[in-house]
Amino acid sequence: MDRPVMLDCRGVWKLYGPNAETFLARHGAPTAETLRAAHLVGAVRAADVTIRKGEIFVIMGLSGSGKSTLVRCLSRLIEPSGGEVRFEGRDLLQMGEAELIDLRRKRMGMVFQHFALLPHLTVLQNAAFPLEVQGIDRKTREDRARAVIELVGLQGREGHYPRQLSGGQQQRVGIARSLIVEPDLWFLDEPFSALDPLIRREMQDELLRLQARLQKTIVFITHDFDEAIRLADRIAVMKDGAIVQTATPEELVLNPADAYVAEFTQHVARAKVVRLATIMAPLGAGPFAGDLPGQARVGDVADAVERADLPHRVLDEAGQPVGQVARQAVVDVLIGREVPR
Amino acid sequence: MTALHRLIRDPRLFWGGLFALTLALSLFAGDLAKDIGAKWVMKFPKPLELPLDKLISAAMKWLLEEAAIGPLSFHAVTRFISALIEAPYLAVRGLLVDGLQRGQGSYAVQILPPLSWIAVTTIFCLLAWRSGRRGLVGLVGACFLYLAVFGRWESAMATLASVLISVPMGVAGGVALGILAFRHPWAERAMRPVLDLMQTVPVFAYLVPILFMFGFGPTAALVATVIYAMPPMVRLTTLALREVPEEVAEAGRMAGCTRRQLLWKCLIPTAMPMLMVGVNQVIMLSLNMVIIASMIGAGGLGYDVLTALRKLDIGGGVEAGVAIVVMAIALDRLSQAEARRVPGTGRGGRLVWIGLAVILATSALGYVLPFVQTYPAGATLTTGTIWAQAIEWININLYDHIEAVKVAILIGLLLPVKGFFLGIPWAWGIVAMGLIGWRMAGWRLGLMALLMTGFIALTGFWPEAMITVYLCGVSVFVAMLIGVPLGIWAGQSDRANTVLSALIDTLQTLPSFVYLIPVVMLFRVGDFSAMIAVVAYSIVPAIRYAAHGIREIDPQMVEAGIVSGCTRRQILWRIKLPLALPSLIVGMNQTVMLALSMLVITALVGTRDLGQQVYMALTKANTGQGIVAGLCVAFIAIMVDRILTAAARGMERGEAGHG
Ligand SMILES: Nc1ncnc2c1ncn2[C@@H]1O[C@H](COP(=O)(O)OP(=O)(O)O)[C@@H](O)[C@H]1O
Ligand SMILES: [Mg+2]
Repeated sequence: MDRPVMLDCRGVWKLYGPNAETFLARHGAPTAETLRAAHLVGAVRAADVTIRKGEIFVIMGLSGSGKSTLVRCLSRLIEPSGGEVRFEGRDLLQMGEAELIDLRRKRMGMVFQHFALLPHLTVLQNAAFPLEVQGIDRKTREDRARAVIELVGLQGREGHYPRQLSGGQQQRVGIARSLIVEPDLWFLDEPFSALDPLIRREMQDELLRLQARLQKTIVFITHDFDEAIRLADRIAVMKDGAIVQTATPEELVLNPADAYVAEFTQHVARAKVVRLATIMAPLGAGPFAGDLPGQARVGDVADAVERADLPHRVLDEAGQPVGQVARQAVVDVLIGREVPR
Repeated sequence: MTALHRLIRDPRLFWGGLFALTLALSLFAGDLAKDIGAKWVMKFPKPLELPLDKLISAAMKWLLEEAAIGPLSFHAVTRFISALIEAPYLAVRGLLVDGLQRGQGSYAVQILPPLSWIAVTTIFCLLAWRSGRRGLVGLVGACFLYLAVFGRWESAMATLASVLISVPMGVAGGVALGILAFRHPWAERAMRPVLDLMQTVPVFAYLVPILFMFGFGPTAALVATVIYAMPPMVRLTTLALREVPEEVAEAGRMAGCTRRQLLWKCLIPTAMPMLMVGVNQVIMLSLNMVIIASMIGAGGLGYDVLTALRKLDIGGGVEAGVAIVVMAIALDRLSQAEARRVPGTGRGGRLVWIGLAVILATSALGYVLPFVQTYPAGATLTTGTIWAQAIEWININLYDHIEAVKVAILIGLLLPVKGFFLGIPWAWGIVAMGLIGWRMAGWRLGLMALLMTGFIALTGFWPEAMITVYLCGVSVFVAMLIGVPLGIWAGQSDRANTVLSALIDTLQTLPSFVYLIPVVMLFRVGDFSAMIAVVAYSIVPAIRYAAHGIREIDPQMVEAGIVSGCTRRQILWRIKLPLALPSLIVGMNQTVMLALSMLVITALVGTRDLGQQVYMALTKANTGQGIVAGLCVAFIAIMVDRILTAAARGMERGEAGHG
């Protein structure tokens, strides 16, 4: 991972309660007990997050664990009680009102759990809203809005009002609105949690399709671990305001940091997250049935490996053979035997 | 000490003891005091009275005649405000009533006629049509036709002009203050007590200082109307902005809105449905006040009623009253339909052209055919004689019965209660209110009640306050006695609910003044008439909250009762009523507030309470007396409100009170 860092946050705190603003200055790094004694809620506690350009970074945790608060600290929708947030090296927390507005107008977009559409505007006007507040003329902004509406697959409904749309369609409008300024950093706070399971899956596919095309830097919030591993390049797991582990889905499943993380991971089918590179054996002499990328997940290639009598060769990202994988290793993963590392 | 402790702890002992002691004092303290020659026991000694009313009057006089900041005198400020309000008022009045005139007073020459009756009716029908409801068009059309056909057109248009001017001002002012309170906690902290006070100070009390500052006439009436109608808009604006989901505001900020854009492009539009509810309230309150303000020169329908009442002109009074009702219903339904209209529906631009075309066509035609311009006087109908005959018939044939009921209630209910309250020595009254407040919600409320009751005694309005309390108490008792069973019925039967809802909605739209008309016609003046008017005006919340309380009960509770083998009666008395009790108390609280505001207006039918003091202050332009007596009413209202709110809250927590 040597992509450039987009957003870097160090030791971010957000406390709610009596004298929350001054408490941190007086106590340094309070423990959960000191907070409770002072009748404070530690919505976010000493969170470190580094988000790199072009990745999908998922923040996962049960409801009330502080995900929304953290993501709002990252976009400075709420003022953190303490810590540091840097956007491309610039200190976000020191920015003035005008600078912040400019940043949000040009570089950031956000999608909300309950869509947060404006009820008095049509689909087209909602999508064009961020351009409207910038004072861009009607024709330009409506042309751009039509383009993003088409991107999210809502063409033909430009004149509808939000209340005339289903939940999934409303969220598509929310996505269109957040994309219209072509942001580099894209926040999504539980965007699909209010949708039915089938629609949710469809929307996840849609998101992956969009991301393949747009290559944004994404901060995605969810309480659904399956959703997290489906989408994430990296996942940060939150508990009671603190981040307990930040890792790739595979590392998380194979090496949960504590019992809390393990609770989420134990029911996940290993084949969905484990990659060939993880289970491959040292490269033998052959012969081989074929070549497979080391990044491929076991579940996606299990059929081919299991069917072949010969092992497959595993290639790294540069196309160089680095190992081999045979039927037994794949079957071990599929039936959930302890995976050797 | 333990005996005293028990007395305080046990609710039955406390309340029973308090009542017994008060009753005993009320019965015997007066005679006892007379025997030992201590007149001060019953009557607050004159020399100790706080001359607050005189001070206020003097201050007002100073304000008006001498106060100035540099060259800018207070008088100039009021003149400026006057001019600011008068110009648009005259313009609208010209449009609706007078037409464009040149010259002054009786020498005025009309250059252009006002809008024709057909044009005004059409415009309002088009507004109704805009909401997309056909029934509403018929209703609004019928209402305006009534005004024309029954010869009330000119008065109605004068009233409408006042409403049309005061509503935008009330809404704009309310929204501005509401935004201020929403943005700045200090502004809200500063405004809340003022708003509380304004909602409890009786309307006449506003009129007195305004009359003093602006003089008799439409301007004073408009100022009073705007001040009266604004508070709910302020509250609703703040509330509506608070209720906008946090996410919507965040979406606006992430889109890069500035503070101003956030407010006007995100928050206000999202809050619009609730703001429109506020607009509806401002319209209805404005109409109510425009009618009352006929006493300080608003003219229009209110003035018609007032003169009819004074002359005991039965037919005229009833007709003007019905005209007010008709107008209230039209404005209410119209603004409600507009409030409920969802964006993107209804019909738009074309209607403007239709409206303009009708205005031009009728104005042009009006020169040739006068009846197009003004509804011909010869074709007006009057029901006046019918009403007069009907009332006369009732008075001749049913007089004995009515009188019998009246006397029975007077002797059986009104007089004993009146005697009880008037017999309470003022000193004990103060202590008792303090005790009640303390018992219900702790020492703060106790202290507040003590101070407020003390204020009433100290300013020398004790007997009048007691009459207010007695009339209000009896009226609320009767209103609850009738309203709660009706509400329970409506809460249990859908059919009853439909019928009662229609009734309640209509009762609620009527300006308070209207209630006086039938009462005076049937029962003449006096406490009994006042009580009937107050009951009719204040019964709505009693019904509504009872129905609400019953309907909100978790059905599982009732099912649990049925399964345990309760009879229907047991279910009502053992399950539904106790569960609905907090709601009943809230309803009673509202009933008290409405009763107090109506009671003041019944001063016109000859009560002897605080309202009469305010009314007399109004006729004598005695600012101090008006304000102080008005404050006394407000204090009574505030005390009752706090105590009943505490009671309802205590009940919801399942406690009998605090010990
Ligand atoms: N404005 C607030 N005032 C007080 N407590 C808050 C506020 N916002 C959030 N919290 C608390 O902070 C914790 C984290 O909330 P949130 O970030 O919304 O969690 P999540 O999005 O993971 O469900 C919760 O315990 C919540 O009650
Ligand atoms: Mg959340």
